[in-house]
Amino acid sequence: MRIARAAAYATLLIAAGCQSNHSMLRSSASRQAANIEWLYWFIFWISLVVFVLVISFFARGSARSQVDDEEMAPVLPQDEERDRGAKAGVAVAIGITVVTLFVVLALSVVTGKTTAGLTSQNPITIQVIGHQWWWEFRYPNPQADLTVSTANEVHLPVGKPIVVLTTSRDVIHSFWLPNVDGKRDLLPGYQSAFTFQVDKPGIYHGQCAEFCGEQHAHMGFEMVAEPMDEFQQWLQQQRKSATDPQDITTVRGREVFLTHACVLCHTVRGTDAGSKVGPDLTHLASRRMLAAATLSNAPGSLAGWITDPQRLKPGARMPANPLQPDDLQALVTYLRSLQ
Amino acid sequence: MAIGEVPVVPPPSAMRHARLLSTWGEPPGFFGWFKKVHHTSIGTRFIVTAFIFFVLGGILAVLMRLQLARPENRFLGPDKYNQFFTVHGSTMIFLFAVPLMFQGFGTYLVPLIVGARNIAFPRLAAFSYYIYLFGCLFFWVGLLLNIGADRGWFAYVTLSGPDYSPGKRVDFWAQMITFTETSALATAVCLAATILRHRAPGMSLNRMPMILWEKLVLSFMVIFAMPAVMLSSSMLLLDRTVGTQFFNPAEGGDVLLYQHLFWFFGHPDVYIIFLPGTAIVTTLVTCFARRHIFGYAALVISTISVGFIGFGVWVHHMFATGLPQLGESFFTAATLMIVVPTAVQFFCWIATLWNGRVQFKFPMWWVAGFFFVFMIGGLSGLMLASVPVDTQVHDTFFVVAHFHYVLIGGAVFPMFGALYFWIPKMTGRMMNDHLGKWNFWLFFIGFNLTFFTMHFLGLRGMTRRVYTYLPEMNWGALNLLASAGGLLMAAGVLVFIVNFFWSRNNGRTAGADPWRAGSLEWAVPSPPPHYNFAELPTVNGREALWDAAPRQPVVIGVREDMRETLVTDTLDADPDHKMDSPEPSVWPFWTAVAVSVLFIGSVFSAKSVEYTSIPVAITIIAWYWPRWGESQRRKATEIWSE
Repeated sequence: MRIARAAAYATLLIAAGCQSNHSMLRSSASRQAANIEWLYWFIFWISLVVFVLVISFFARGSARSQVDDEEMAPVLPQDEERDRGAKAGVAVAIGITVVTLFVVLALSVVTGKTTAGLTSQNPITIQVIGHQWWWEFRYPNPQADLTVSTANEVHLPVGKPIVVLTTSRDVIHSFWLPNVDGKRDLLPGYQSAFTFQVDKPGIYHGQCAEFCGEQHAHMGFEMVAEPMDEFQQWLQQQRKSATDPQDITTVRGREVFLTHACVLCHTVRGTDAGSKVGPDLTHLASRRMLAAATLSNAPGSLAGWITDPQRLKPGARMPANPLQPDDLQALVTYLRSLQ
Repeated sequence: MAIGEVPVVPPPSAMRHARLLSTWGEPPGFFGWFKKVHHTSIGTRFIVTAFIFFVLGGILAVLMRLQLARPENRFLGPDKYNQFFTVHGSTMIFLFAVPLMFQGFGTYLVPLIVGARNIAFPRLAAFSYYIYLFGCLFFWVGLLLNIGADRGWFAYVTLSGPDYSPGKRVDFWAQMITFTETSALATAVCLAATILRHRAPGMSLNRMPMILWEKLVLSFMVIFAMPAVMLSSSMLLLDRTVGTQFFNPAEGGDVLLYQHLFWFFGHPDVYIIFLPGTAIVTTLVTCFARRHIFGYAALVISTISVGFIGFGVWVHHMFATGLPQLGESFFTAATLMIVVPTAVQFFCWIATLWNGRVQFKFPMWWVAGFFFVFMIGGLSGLMLASVPVDTQVHDTFFVVAHFHYVLIGGAVFPMFGALYFWIPKMTGRMMNDHLGKWNFWLFFIGFNLTFFTMHFLGLRGMTRRVYTYLPEMNWGALNLLASAGGLLMAAGVLVFIVNFFWSRNNGRTAGADPWRAGSLEWAVPSPPPHYNFAELPTVNGREALWDAAPRQPVVIGVREDMRETLVTDTLDADPDHKMDSPEPSVWPFWTAVAVSVLFIGSVFSAKSVEYTSIPVAITIIAWYWPRWGESQRRKATEIWSE
């Protein structure tokens, strides 16, 4: 009874979490993820049948000839004849095992081929570059000044093949959008490419899957899948340099930015800040989240992050910035204006 | 057939016992401890030490579960958490599983099962223990000083390289590998030689009990697999200490090379941990089904083929790196292929039970637990073998669940079964079944609560090796459940420890053969005297005691006033020649000390290797220095002396 209730509770818990933007179960946003999930369930049902069969044979085998005796019983004499039936049974079982394995192998290879072999007619190409502990996304363009570089939030059009070129600047990371496709390691010294296509618009969560040090746990990102025209609009906006400050607080904020530690690591296009160590902040205010999808992009959390990143993400590469309250206020106002 | 009535090895007279002990006895006292060379002493040390590290690794696991019980918990923080999961994984693999299942049980049981008075190369076996112990201490001292290794039990470059892991933390890990693998290699040599050349007359290859086959295959797997990881960790160490660039991509080094080397060891190591489990299950099933094992030849072939195929599957740990698809398919096929020999073993066990006379004594509970748990782990392995599914669940908690089902199912459940089965042999007292059942249920329920839950966490996207997670992910409830299970498991292990100490003083006396089992270790008193067998036995069948003739002959003509042993030939175990077994010696200990100084010194200064190799040379010379009395005695027995 208690077990039944526990099982029911567990099922509820699992069901509650299925509709998620960070899960490989019942929430696929692409054909690849759907294919993989289908294969997963196929192997799952085979496994369930095998498990039930083996455990019942084990239980039956142990029970049918059990001797409940305190003393150890005498040993049965060796007898070829007695084992003849068992021999046939084992042979059949091995046969079934081999056939099942071949089915799994065939389906696995076929699924792998369809997942990888996405035909790509003029796909969108993006670059993913892993850093400790943030994501750099680049939209390369033959014209260098039209190349867009952003961080921790990637926008993709739905219904179009995406070619992802991956590499890493420091250690191994792994790019994973569970609702869209399997993961791919970002290896320093290697550049590899893979293709997927998002079919359902929405905002999906992604995560670094390869242990990469202190803040591996908080190395997330967001993927915004949107219709082509919205995507183009967004891309146009991202290509622009930062707008010049309009009022006195934002002008002061830009001064703070350019005269403090910020400028040593960050870029704001259209200003003198051009360092590539940390994320590009030219359009920081257009992003939904801060600090690799860890904090919501609100003035309070932005100020908290700037003042003491080590409290929120111990070990992060960004140092603490003890600013005067009005300097901080101005800086936050300026950063919030970077649409 | 009557068993247990006609002792294969009749008990010796008191005088004979005293004479054998004066030859084979272990030196007493505090200083004697460092000289012991009998395999039961060394095997017991391995088992006890490895079990202590099992408990320590378990404590780290419980602390990690406490950290993960709630989202954004601040109990440990990333630095402590990373040290804990690294030390937990490395301890369980390198300091617990291999030392206990392979080295501990192997060193203790193999010489008894082959019917020998001691292991081959006993001083090397003693050295093997000391170097293992020093490796354990070296590794854990790092953690206790809060500078423990923190880059995972796999220490992937470039994260573990000099640029991203300054300090000495990773060096503790890399050099611990050298310690423990030196130890494993030494034991592998001892066991292979014992099995191949010290079997009792009559125990031809086709009459070897399954556990000997498994230990033989394992020894060869260790000899081929361990050098790969010693190589990769030594190259890492060189990168870190003397500025080589093996793994630095900026200088043309290769990060995937490290992964290939590591997993070329890493996957066979899974089988090195799992095969002892299957051998234990075979032994227990044979004994408690009260019959010879079904399909002996099939089991032998399966064990050997697992040994071979185990070396051909390592790339399935690297499916997410983006290797060519054809190569990936090959490794999927190899991974699925290894299911066949494993399945054969399962079917043979079931057939043995089916046509047996099953007595479900308490050690068999753990076999039932093994069936249940390992089946789940094996079947989730089927999912992971498939490349597309693997790219989704790779490096998530699904994999954590999978390998804990495989390793705890395949090693820890059989280990408990083996301890309940063989501790009566080691201590002379039976374990308490009532406490044992508490141990079983707490451990079994706790285990499934902890790790079955993790399958769901993984499918819902929770990645591995994270010290915390955001509340918005909705992973809190499942994690809390998993943490609760961890506490139950810990309670189960605690009950075992209580049971052990209680039973050692108050348990029923076991006698030589409490289970009426078939192999030779049950022919000697419990605990075994240091000469093992008063009369060296001969063997008539696979289960030496069950198949013994009413007047089974014994070996005579082996001297008892010195440590003379019988060497038999590899195939048929026909007597070949006699050989002196080494006397107790303190030099294996000092050699281990000298080698440890060299290993530890090399972490801090490459130059120190030049100086610290001098004491190593001195101790090794002392180890082999002939003794006056010994050479005089040998001279007297030389038949061709001038």
